[in-house]
Amino acid sequence: MKQGTMIHAAILGAFCLGFGIMLALIEQVTAEDIKARAMEDRQASLSQVLPAEILDNNPVTDTVVMKNDEGKEITVFRARKGGEVTGMAYEIFGSGYAGEMKLMLGVDAAGNVLGVRVLAHKETPGLGDKIETKKGDWILKFTGLSLGNPPVDKWKVKKDGGQFDQFSGATITPRGVVGAIRKGLEFFAVHKAEMMGGAQ
Amino acid sequence: METTQYGRIVRDGLWENNGVLSMLLGMCPAMAMTTSATNGFGMGLATAVVMAASNLLVSLFRNYITQEVRIPVFILIVAAMVTLVDLTMNAWMHELYKVLGLFIPLIVSNCLPLARLEAFAAKEKPLPALMDGIFMGLGFTLALTAIGAVREITGSGTLFADASLLLGPAFKFMEMRLLPADMGILMMILPPGGFLVTGLLVVAKRLIDLAAGKEIQMGGAHSVA
Repeated sequence: MKQGTMIHAAILGAFCLGFGIMLALIEQVTAEDIKARAMEDRQASLSQVLPAEILDNNPVTDTVVMKNDEGKEITVFRARKGGEVTGMAYEIFGSGYAGEMKLMLGVDAAGNVLGVRVLAHKETPGLGDKIETKKGDWILKFTGLSLGNPPVDKWKVKKDGGQFDQFSGATITPRGVVGAIRKGLEFFAVHKAEMMGGAQ
Repeated sequence: METTQYGRIVRDGLWENNGVLSMLLGMCPAMAMTTSATNGFGMGLATAVVMAASNLLVSLFRNYITQEVRIPVFILIVAAMVTLVDLTMNAWMHELYKVLGLFIPLIVSNCLPLARLEAFAAKEKPLPALMDGIFMGLGFTLALTAIGAVREITGSGTLFADASLLLGPAFKFMEMRLLPADMGILMMILPPGGFLVTGLLVVAKRLIDLAAGKEIQMGGAHSVA
């Protein structure tokens, strides 16, 4: 190898080492704070689907990891009052107009919906994004419903013979959301014991 | 440059050699992040911080960076600065991070910082390099805010929506609704709108320059990408 090449390699190596060390240090310094912020964010988003009245624990740390019907790992956050599980929140997934939509579903111990919120989606702005609470109250209508109310075959948008409104210009998005919630509730019905059980 | 002309650096950065409207660099964030004026502004500011820091660093190390490895070193420095900003904002400016966090990693893929490192910072003293980073960054902010404003007004009928999330509650007054909610042309906030508005603003800038009797500075003369 020519000596010139070695010098360039050494310079590049030195820069990599220097900035690598710098980033490692900063990562160390910020790690604790970032973890704390992530915890606060989680708590804030869970508090939207798990009302404060039903819990005296921190659901963020009371979790059980399960596989959903598609084989995806989901974390179930449990709300407890006096040690009893009073409700739980977990991620559900629906397919929208532009790919997967991620939602958080909160249910109480009897399987009634406590609340649903959209976590991430790529739906068309102005049409499909009315599923966000920021853009409309459509998603709030699910609170209080369960698998029997309405009956399972009515858990569809109106266009498919169900009871839920689609909104003008978008059918696929609400269809995906309704389907995701129905699947989420069915998952709860089947795996209830497993979701409730486990150490605190 | 014999004596550094700071006025020149400021004018170049903000208008004459504007990163987006003259050099046509940084097109990816300029189109992807400008669905509203606030988004464009936030993306621009984050980029300006990274550009100022990386320009300064490259200028400080300019005598040690050899010609052969300069590009990897530049990319390393930009990426390191982006990671630095990302981590510290996440830890200590979390509210702002929730709004801007999405944009920050995208700065790595912006070729405007790289172009300024190559064309300016690698040859100049630290202070002018820092100034160039700041004003090129502000020029970028200006262009992105303008593109965002046009797209937001025509697309959603608002201007500076959510500005208070980015800048604090004091800026609530900036949030305006100019057209009724259903009047917006959806296409303008979808990708085609980005191309249309960017193109029109490039034309507008050249018309203004022509009217002012200036020679049009064609872009790309000393760009790398």
